[in-house]
Amino acid sequence: MKRIISRQEAYLLLILITFAAFLTFMNPKFLTLENIFDMLRNNTFLGVVALGELVVLISGGIDVSFTAIATVAQYIMGVIISSYYLNSVLAAFLIPIPIGIALGAINAALIYYTRLHPVIITISNLNVFYGLLIFFTHGKWIYNFPPAFRNFAGIRVFTLVNDRGVPYGLSIFTLMWILLALLTWFILRYLTIGRKIYAVGGNIESARRVGFDIFRVQLFVYCYMGALAGIASFIQAELSQMIQPNAIVGHELDVLAAAILGGASIFGGSGSALGAVLGVLLIAIIKNGLILMKISAYWQQVFVGIVIAIAAGITAYQYQLRRKRSRRDAKG
Amino acid sequence: MLKDKNYQSVILGSTLIFLVILMTILTGGKLLQVDSLQAIAFQIPLLGVLTLAQMTPMLTGGIDLSIISTANLSGILAAMVLIHIPSVYGTLLAIMVGVATAMAVGILNGILIAFLYITPIIATLATMILIKGVALAITKGYIISGFPDSFSFISNGEILGIPMPFIIFIAFALFLSVILSKTTFGISVYMIGSNPTATAFSGLNNKKILFNVYLLSGFLAGIASLIMISRFNAAQAAYGESYLLLTVLACVLGGINPAGGFGKVSGLLVAVVVLQTVSIGFNLLRLSSHLTDALWGIILLVIVVINRAITGKWIGN
Repeated sequence: MKRIISRQEAYLLLILITFAAFLTFMNPKFLTLENIFDMLRNNTFLGVVALGELVVLISGGIDVSFTAIATVAQYIMGVIISSYYLNSVLAAFLIPIPIGIALGAINAALIYYTRLHPVIITISNLNVFYGLLIFFTHGKWIYNFPPAFRNFAGIRVFTLVNDRGVPYGLSIFTLMWILLALLTWFILRYLTIGRKIYAVGGNIESARRVGFDIFRVQLFVYCYMGALAGIASFIQAELSQMIQPNAIVGHELDVLAAAILGGASIFGGSGSALGAVLGVLLIAIIKNGLILMKISAYWQQVFVGIVIAIAAGITAYQYQLRRKRSRRDAKG
Repeated sequence: MLKDKNYQSVILGSTLIFLVILMTILTGGKLLQVDSLQAIAFQIPLLGVLTLAQMTPMLTGGIDLSIISTANLSGILAAMVLIHIPSVYGTLLAIMVGVATAMAVGILNGILIAFLYITPIIATLATMILIKGVALAITKGYIISGFPDSFSFISNGEILGIPMPFIIFIAFALFLSVILSKTTFGISVYMIGSNPTATAFSGLNNKKILFNVYLLSGFLAGIASLIMISRFNAAQAAYGESYLLLTVLACVLGGINPAGGFGKVSGLLVAVVVLQTVSIGFNLLRLSSHLTDALWGIILLVIVVINRAITGKWIGN
């Protein structure tokens, strides 16, 4: 607890720096503020949902339906703001959040009630949410947004100018990501519910016997995931300035990979917000690096798969070590 | 305990009958005409063998999410052999290459799960994406097609009037049924599913059993790949992805406990037949594929909820 940065996060940071140094050596363009700001902005969606997935993983669950939740929330927002021509970013921002929370609550209720593995429930709901959305909307795109919505995407926290005279800077969305990471860190570390999430993920039976309301914890984590999916879907719509129902679904694994890389144990009970952010950055750098090295996009999937396997292998190995050690301690 | 299991069979059985009756009424009786029944018989083997591949991991309380992408990759490699050697020897070689590829993925899954202790869901998720990536990188998203006649025997051939794919499916269903009920390996699969710790303490080698479970799953995915590419007469990196949810659904409907330990091949056969019937019904009703996916999800969720409501327990506590 005293350590500010855990061992896994330190390793991750080290790998991150090594990769960055290697890429800079290969292509000096990599380590420019402009490229870094761009990369941060382009990965905001991934970064925000990874925070939600992290919280779910810590509680011992898993959610693969968040892409469908984000798509539904984003689509409803798009329909409302484009058909009523709602010229308010705040309204656009606030619409997807309750939708995400409601869909997350459906996940939580089904998982708690059926006691079925969350992956089966959320795969089903991924199909249900997404299938129904496409059925009712026929997958039509939305792109005529009001000016306030369009202008918001260009806002920068601060602006610099590169040598060609083109302005660049830290995007407002990156700031949102940072704030949400801080919020997640605060919830996990300082709120009672945060400590309960770790307890339920560590050992659900002990948590039950201590008297925790398991349903309330599960409701919180899946709704939090839903809310973040809603916010992320707003950001994604802002960045691309159009809503394609098939743009988000299919990115589940990148997010899982990032959260697991960041040290969220698939066995539940461990993980941190900083880890999730570093995990997303590592995935982003790997992908950016593959592009800079001109490796076919098809191989990116292979890399992400290998990265998940390695990261999961490391956490599983540590888990086994810890179990062996605690068994030995119990005997001695 | 026995009572619960009886209840479960009754619930699953009545759900299946209800679905068939509902689809018959909705399609105005078309579902039970010869054409539709033939279509059902024609399509059952692919879903059937894939479900067999899903079954053993689920009996141990695991899951294999990589079966579809495995089937696609081995289909692609088999297809490449077929294209380059369009003869009987090429066909035999293609079958071996396809099955060997799938078994190699099974070995990879087995190592990740049994020896590196990675949770089956995450391990097979990783191999799923990895294998699909490899398949995409090999084909660049294109379709490989045009197989010799000696190979299309797998999908179009008949023995005594029974379609070849059907014979393959029944043969492997029997094969799996015998393995699960008559061999030491089969019994230990059920034991691991009920209580892995007790299994280990009773002197069985959990690692070896789990490894073989995923090897077997890969092998069956390889068989499915051969049926798949000969039926489509083509191979591609992204065929049949909606089958993944269907195989899980078929297992759950067939009475296989997702937490492991219970379930028989016979239950699974009934579930596969019914699901395929319903699926043909959806086709007759001209439902969009997205709506169909949504309906499969809803059916699965409704069944697990009803089950929980009536028996008071489905798995574990």
